[in-house]
Amino acid sequence: MTKFEIRGVRADVLIGADERQEILKGVDLTIDSGQTHAIMGPNGSGKSTLAYAIAGHPKYEITAGEVLLDGENVLEMSVDERARAGLFLAMQYPVEVPGVSMSNFLRSSVTAVRGEAPKLRQFSKELQGTMKDLSIEASFAARGVNEGFSGGEKKRHEILQLELLKPKMAILDETDSGLDVDALKVVSEGINRAKANSDVGIMLITHYTRILNYVKPDFVHVFADGRIAESGGPELADRLENEGYERFVKAGAEQ
Amino acid sequence: MAGPNLGVKEHSHGGELPISKLDVHGSFDVDAFPVPTGREEEWRFTPLRRLRGLHDGRDIKDGVVSVEVTAPEGVTHETAASGDPRLGTTFLPTDRVSALAFRDFGTFGGATVVTVAKDAQVAEPAYIKVTGENQGDAYGHILVRAEAHSKATVVLEYAGEAVYADNVEFIVEDGAELTVISLQDWGRDAVHVGHHYTKVGRDARFKSFVITLGGDLVRMSPKVGYTAPGGDAELHGLYFTGDGQHHEHRSLIDHNVSHTRSRVEYKGALSGEGAHGVWIGDVIIGEGTEGTDSYEYNRNLALTDGTRVDSVPNLEIFTGEVEGAGHASASGRLDEIHLFYLRSRGIPEDEARRLVIRGYFAELIGRIDVPELRERIMAEVEEKLAEHE
Repeated sequence: MTKFEIRGVRADVLIGADERQEILKGVDLTIDSGQTHAIMGPNGSGKSTLAYAIAGHPKYEITAGEVLLDGENVLEMSVDERARAGLFLAMQYPVEVPGVSMSNFLRSSVTAVRGEAPKLRQFSKELQGTMKDLSIEASFAARGVNEGFSGGEKKRHEILQLELLKPKMAILDETDSGLDVDALKVVSEGINRAKANSDVGIMLITHYTRILNYVKPDFVHVFADGRIAESGGPELADRLENEGYERFVKAGAEQ
Repeated sequence: MAGPNLGVKEHSHGGELPISKLDVHGSFDVDAFPVPTGREEEWRFTPLRRLRGLHDGRDIKDGVVSVEVTAPEGVTHETAASGDPRLGTTFLPTDRVSALAFRDFGTFGGATVVTVAKDAQVAEPAYIKVTGENQGDAYGHILVRAEAHSKATVVLEYAGEAVYADNVEFIVEDGAELTVISLQDWGRDAVHVGHHYTKVGRDARFKSFVITLGGDLVRMSPKVGYTAPGGDAELHGLYFTGDGQHHEHRSLIDHNVSHTRSRVEYKGALSGEGAHGVWIGDVIIGEGTEGTDSYEYNRNLALTDGTRVDSVPNLEIFTGEVEGAGHASASGRLDEIHLFYLRSRGIPEDEARRLVIRGYFAELIGRIDVPELRERIMAEVEEKLAEHE
């Protein structure tokens, strides 16, 4: 049983040497293992900032609050320690790392997170099987990390990593954006497999309700102006689908 | 781009004398070149003091250099004396050191002539191994001729200690394909000023990998010209410059005939106090030519403080009928976003750094067709990396 708690988190985006802007203005959220929480909200509300700041992206700085994974403050850990502690971030814009082969990268990553090098033959079988489940051609393993991948290919590889690394807590940042319906199904199935095979807690950040038809949320939160503006069950997503984010954008603008 | 001959000088970040005019001042006569002072455009990045007299022509010649050739079937080799009419047909020295080396190589056992027979398709590489046996002045000359429609790979390997200058001629005859890997794997005190002069024939392909890892000061000037349309030249370079090393690469592609292609891609990493990398990339697209396709690129990775890079792309275009002409140069530190991505997957920082740096080099090393060399170069890169971890 894992508990993931975000308490009073405020964060700035670092724009230049002396320039910064506060984006997160006090975020509180608790996610238990096995639960799926959808974070929805208008563009620019700070959803992605929340994801990146928790993962330790160098462009963001958390200025107040804490983020606890089973009571341990992950903000005191380095980026790689956070991942080894069981935190995973599927990025909206996965990074291309030229010259580093996907297979080499995945083996290094799995070795670091699991604490020991997997047996080569076993790992190769596991990798091939998971790639196949996500309709990723075997030849991708030899290519550079995300190098020249299409948007959809990058997202599939993010979910590939989710399945291989088996985190306690996964933040999926707009994994659905830019996907056609077929790709969305493949990716959603991957997320659902990860849920079925483990007790992973999921924070699913999305702008659209579309992915929620495939990945069922237990809770839905509306993010506006750097904080959670409203929380509810899956029915809140339906309401947003009908009404849009207008009332939250207005509320944010008035502050 | 279409239009009349405009003679547009599109870019020149360099000095007063246009590179296209340098050849006019070329000569085999050493005395035609004054002793450089360091203020000249072509010498201003080179610490002349560390050339140990190689540029002033003092008559010491106290070095001992051995040349060993291993040639597979289809490739022959011989030694030619100074004055052999086959030598010096592809170039006119444009600096004093090149002229000196051509005047004096005869004192050091003559020139090495390697010939790939007409139509021969040679899979095994030929090796020319130049080894400095003691630290002293020495000169050399190599001529590699790939006869028509042949295909071969030649590995030039420099090792040991010397204060060395040489001219290497590559003649790629019509329809031939020649790949050259020049590995400057000198000992830590060596000085090397090398010139590569290449003539690419009709529909011929020339590919070079200039890999500089060793020495105290290494200055390589690969030059390419074409003798007929359809020629293709790819110049790849890699240098890993450590504490106090000076690695300088000055490429010159002269698109003097129509319908020729060139790609220049040099990548360097610098690590440690006083590491100095220089890349000068000159491209001339000659008057009256058409259909030239050229691109040059230099990238530098500064791994520590205290390093210095000078990167100067230099394009002179004398025609409006160009298919492509571009250049790019970027120097900086390891991309923190690359590191963030790897670390966000649990990979510790030092390992993430190693992966990214290895990847940076692997992109280029991976294109070398000789597996044994690939592994050796990668291993040496790893060794240099380890020095700063």
